[in-house]
Amino acid sequence: MAEAKTLIGKTAVLEGLAGHPAVKAVLAWSPEALLDAKFDRGELTLTIAAGQIRAAAATVQAAGYNFFEDVTAVDWFPSSPRFQLSYHIVSHSYKERIRLRVMLDGGAPTVDSITPVWPAADFYEREVFDLFGISFEGHPNLRRIMMPDDWQGHPLRKDYPVEGYR
Amino acid sequence: MTETIGRPILEAPAAEGAHDQHMILNMGPQHPSMHGVLRLVVEIDGEIVVRLYPEIGYLHTGIEKTCEAKFYHQVVPLTDRLDYLSPMANNLCYCLAVERLLSLEIPEKAQWMRVLLAELTRLNSHLIWLGTHAMDIGALTVFLYTFREREEILRIFEGLSGQRMMTSYFRIGGLSMEPPLDFFDRVQGFIRTFPEKIDEYSNLLTGNPIFKGRLKGVGMLSADDAIALGVTGPNMRGSGVDFDLRRDMPYSSYEKFQFKVPIATEGDCWARYEIRLIEMRESVKIIQQALDGMPEGPIKADAPKIVLPDREKMKTQMEALIHHFKIVTEGFAVPAGEVYQGIESPRGQMGYYVVSDGTAKPYRVHFRNPSFATLQALETMCKGRMLADVVAVVGSIDIVLGEIDR
Repeated sequence: MAEAKTLIGKTAVLEGLAGHPAVKAVLAWSPEALLDAKFDRGELTLTIAAGQIRAAAATVQAAGYNFFEDVTAVDWFPSSPRFQLSYHIVSHSYKERIRLRVMLDGGAPTVDSITPVWPAADFYEREVFDLFGISFEGHPNLRRIMMPDDWQGHPLRKDYPVEGYR
Repeated sequence: MTETIGRPILEAPAAEGAHDQHMILNMGPQHPSMHGVLRLVVEIDGEIVVRLYPEIGYLHTGIEKTCEAKFYHQVVPLTDRLDYLSPMANNLCYCLAVERLLSLEIPEKAQWMRVLLAELTRLNSHLIWLGTHAMDIGALTVFLYTFREREEILRIFEGLSGQRMMTSYFRIGGLSMEPPLDFFDRVQGFIRTFPEKIDEYSNLLTGNPIFKGRLKGVGMLSADDAIALGVTGPNMRGSGVDFDLRRDMPYSSYEKFQFKVPIATEGDCWARYEIRLIEMRESVKIIQQALDGMPEGPIKADAPKIVLPDREKMKTQMEALIHHFKIVTEGFAVPAGEVYQGIESPRGQMGYYVVSDGTAKPYRVHFRNPSFATLQALETMCKGRMLADVVAVVGSIDIVLGEIDR
């Protein structure tokens, strides 16, 4: 497979993919906000500092990654930091997809909403809020989307049982 | 959290003093034109839509959570239940994602068969869309015609997998079994006559003044709005955005097929209707190419620890029996990592995000379904139009609630 190349770590990616438009744009914007990077199975993952995600989204959008596809979370309970947010963004011109990653602590996870950059994130962020209990600052209508409004708990967290009573 | 409990879905009307004139109307969840259990809370001023809020979740079954408790191969039948009108597209997306995690090479014949079946699924899905959409508008006849052709596709699926709708025919590493002997002849017979059938639908609808009047200029969506709101697939291409994952980020050897991606710039329901009709014709071309150039060879990858052995081998060879037992009872470990696989489903860009922690069960599976994002654009398309146009727009964006609510 053509995806054999694997680059783990920020320095490896910065060397191996120095000409990549998303890497260049993020570096030009703020090298400190880029905490980690990975190129695995043909997918570029850029880990962004938690407070910077909205600006990072605007940066890659300006760099040609124009289409927001998906945001979801992964619960790494009981390790710390507990939550991983994965934003998938497609470029119609480069015909390529990148992933922005944000790591959040388990206490009261909160992150900036990217709905000002891509209104498409509205339902996706509500879904993450509903099923993982992660709050999005600046979201226009943050309420449960799948579960009833009076539901207790967040079903996709790992400490929530798959079956039986809670 | 608590502040949303009991909060009205649509809060006080935007305009001051509009309380008296505006009415809140509930469409669905049990409404014949809502394509499932979609509930729309609509604020109307007379007959003009002022605001519209889609309320979803009535079909939520927690499939993503269920996946975390299953082995990788047990998730395949669950994916059928998401977009139940195009099961093969869901299977394909999931299998491709796990195969990339495993770095598994798929034999050429399996890849071509997958393309053929994905396109048959597209025909199946578009036929249902066309029939129900026309029925919503009031053209009842077309429904009977499209379901006649769909029946033949379902019979082909039944001969192939034993199931009409929930086929679960794809496996991680290939296909579940060899296609039956008459399969290729039946598909050939079907697509030989199918272009005439599309002409027949077109004759019934394209020149129909009522159908035209209900669709032209209705449900406008600009290219910028389509991108901003995450709309994909035929809906996005109807607004003039030229992007199709089959052509631009090919998977499963789509790069070996020649086909056109139809584009329209109007962005109304009529453009979406025309695009899907052309897409059906292009699908027929792809199926014809797949039939003509179908390579010989195995339909499963050579990976005995991942792919179930043939029945005959299992009965005669000790190792095959051991592998079979191990796969069924304890699954197979998948290397740690994360993969996002996107495909062009009949409804738009579908993406499955699979995270593995190195065990035999997926750590996290997330389904990015096109209908979910398309629903966000519904308010933009309906605002300022008549209430009756909502029905036309909901029909034209082709949503399936099974994949929205998951």
